[in-house]
Amino acid sequence: MNSKFEKATNRKVYINARLIDPASNLDIQGGVLTDGELIADFGPHLVSGDGLAQDIQVIDCEEACLAPGLIDMRVQLREPGEEHKGTLKSAGVSATSGGITSMVSLPNTTPVTDDMSVVEFVARRARKLGLTKVYPYGAITQGLKGKEMAEMGMLAESGAVAFTDGIRAVSSAKVMRKALSYARNYNLLLVQHAEEPSLADGGHMNAGELALRMGLTGIPTVAETIMVARDVRLAEDTGGRLHFAHISTAESIGIIRRAKERGVKVTCDTAPPYFSLNELAVGDYRTFAKLSPPLRGEEDRQAIIEGIKDGTIDVIASDHAPEDEDSKRLPFAQAAFGGVGLETLLPITLELYHNKHLSLLEALRKITCQPADILGLPSGRLEKGLAADLMMFNPERGWKIDADQLTSKSKNSPFDGRLTQGRCLRTVIDGRIVFEL
Amino acid sequence: MSTRDRELRFTHRHLLGIEGLYPFEITDILDRAEGYAALNRERAPVPALLEGRTVINLFFENSTRTSTSFERAAKRLGADVINMNVQTSSIKKGETLIDTASTLNAMHPDVLVVRHGDSGAVKLLSQKMNCAVLNAGDGTHEHPTQALLDALTIRRRKGNITGLTVAICGDILHSRVARSNIHLLSAMGARVRLVAPTTLLPSNMAVLGAEVFHDMREGLKDVDVVMMLRLQKERMEGTYLPSQREYFHFYGLDYDKLSVAKEDALIMHPGPMNRGVEIDSDVADDFERSAIQEQVEMGVAARMACLEVVTANFEAWRAEQGQ
Repeated sequence: MNSKFEKATNRKVYINARLIDPASNLDIQGGVLTDGELIADFGPHLVSGDGLAQDIQVIDCEEACLAPGLIDMRVQLREPGEEHKGTLKSAGVSATSGGITSMVSLPNTTPVTDDMSVVEFVARRARKLGLTKVYPYGAITQGLKGKEMAEMGMLAESGAVAFTDGIRAVSSAKVMRKALSYARNYNLLLVQHAEEPSLADGGHMNAGELALRMGLTGIPTVAETIMVARDVRLAEDTGGRLHFAHISTAESIGIIRRAKERGVKVTCDTAPPYFSLNELAVGDYRTFAKLSPPLRGEEDRQAIIEGIKDGTIDVIASDHAPEDEDSKRLPFAQAAFGGVGLETLLPITLELYHNKHLSLLEALRKITCQPADILGLPSGRLEKGLAADLMMFNPERGWKIDADQLTSKSKNSPFDGRLTQGRCLRTVIDGRIVFEL
Repeated sequence: MSTRDRELRFTHRHLLGIEGLYPFEITDILDRAEGYAALNRERAPVPALLEGRTVINLFFENSTRTSTSFERAAKRLGADVINMNVQTSSIKKGETLIDTASTLNAMHPDVLVVRHGDSGAVKLLSQKMNCAVLNAGDGTHEHPTQALLDALTIRRRKGNITGLTVAICGDILHSRVARSNIHLLSAMGARVRLVAPTTLLPSNMAVLGAEVFHDMREGLKDVDVVMMLRLQKERMEGTYLPSQREYFHFYGLDYDKLSVAKEDALIMHPGPMNRGVEIDSDVADDFERSAIQEQVEMGVAARMACLEVVTANFEAWRAEQGQ
């Protein structure tokens, strides 16, 4: 490829923007210059784009916010294996329209990502598509069966960014302890879906009064908290790095908060439904609000918000779980768990800003630099020389979520009909504009 | 050369472990073994110091190399040797260890060589036996004669042990060889490094007086001796390690990883080797650097010295008792 020519014509300047970089607490009027795939320059001096070379393409942001592209650290891709529910392409399109420029995919595909060839397959396919970058998680145990460890060292060498058994918990304390210890060899991060299966199996929603009235078997909050408590101890004992996915209960927050105070190497995330919805959303047997972990009571929801505010919760991840109609239009007990979330991650997260729980920078930090730092990804911030992964949004602009209008192949959103603000307007990946509203 | 003329500096009736031995006791055994090694190599006759004595080899765990080595050593010194195969004995039928001891006592052995799968079992036997007891490996506790033959090999190749840096690599957690070697090498003034994945090398192993590494290239940097350990098959299938190939990739000794060690670094392995698991065949068979064959050779010499010293002490003890 003629790189010199490419370079000369591949420069773009985004002017007239409200530049936001949560990593450096930057919130100013300015612009960004991209050169090829990289950020070449940014700052207030680029606000008008005056005095720049003629061959630079100028994009007027019309005072919208221009921020680093979002990093979503928990996404279920259904490819390979269940392409009728979602593909790398459908997830890529959906993610770019949600402002997400990097996402980390769970290993619960078919075949399972416990083998180097699957890691390489997913990464190669996603690269070819040129949409949102996909970083695969590797499996902690072979076949996600919770018994024998997967080849974490070699999987990491072939590109797995961290390790998890996906939507399954590593339920054996012995296996989890060994895995945390083994992962420490290579300084790998383990991500746990904290839910004790012997307490959760057979349950469909949060255990409590509502489940009682609805006649559904509940999943108690202790199913989550006892595993959080256990794994915190194991992480402390082994010195391994541990991250809890989609934390949903007040008690878990308390345990993690105290663990962090003691200096245990533990982090966690939650997903938008757990701070924006409570168990009442499943009233009337709405299967689209059947999530794993289940939506909890209002006190838990309030505690999640507190955890986000005080930094106990480091990250907000979409927990994107596409399910087709056939898996959701069923009696509640038979319906699949999960909801799509790529396109709604930004506006629901911004509710924390609009409701004055967080500043705009604080809210964005949970979906940009913090997940990037936990996973060691070279993105999520405005920095010269980094990949030009950007997204543009207007925090005030209204959007009524219409599940049928989502670009995701599966439409199972728990937020259908919700009034939000701050939809993504434009997404840039490696200097290419891949989405424009 | 008759080694009996030397002043006996080893002071114990049994040899149950290296831990607790003084450096001069270790040196005493090594010096005697050195003499035997020379005689063995020349196929020269050795003084029949154990003539008329009975040595019983009692192996509760399968072993070819160690039991043969002990048998050879005892026979070289003129002893009558009884090999007891536990697989076909009444011990298999449920006899307790203590009862076995009384049975064996009735045969009036002079030395009992024991290997047992449980840590501490040899010590328990030694408390009940009216003879000298030599530990040929107990559980994951100690394997003193292996450490002595390793030390003899190192001393012959490197001149001395003091000041050397020795890396012990592999399944240290489950290794009696590693424990005995750590004790011996640090007692003799070597710097000991332990190299293994975290699951096979808990960080508290540092309390044994060694430096802990989890990366081969860091652990092997500038070492004089690389001691590989055997990895049991059952540890490779996901419980301690994900797989054989992942283990070899990160911890198997090949020329690439060895390149950071000293140019004349000695390669050792207690055997039997898993080629392609903990050690690459090219390295294992390296004529210049691998001492693996020599270790087997030194095994006989080291065990002759051990038999000699414990027999001498046992006889002195008997004389004191007026038996």
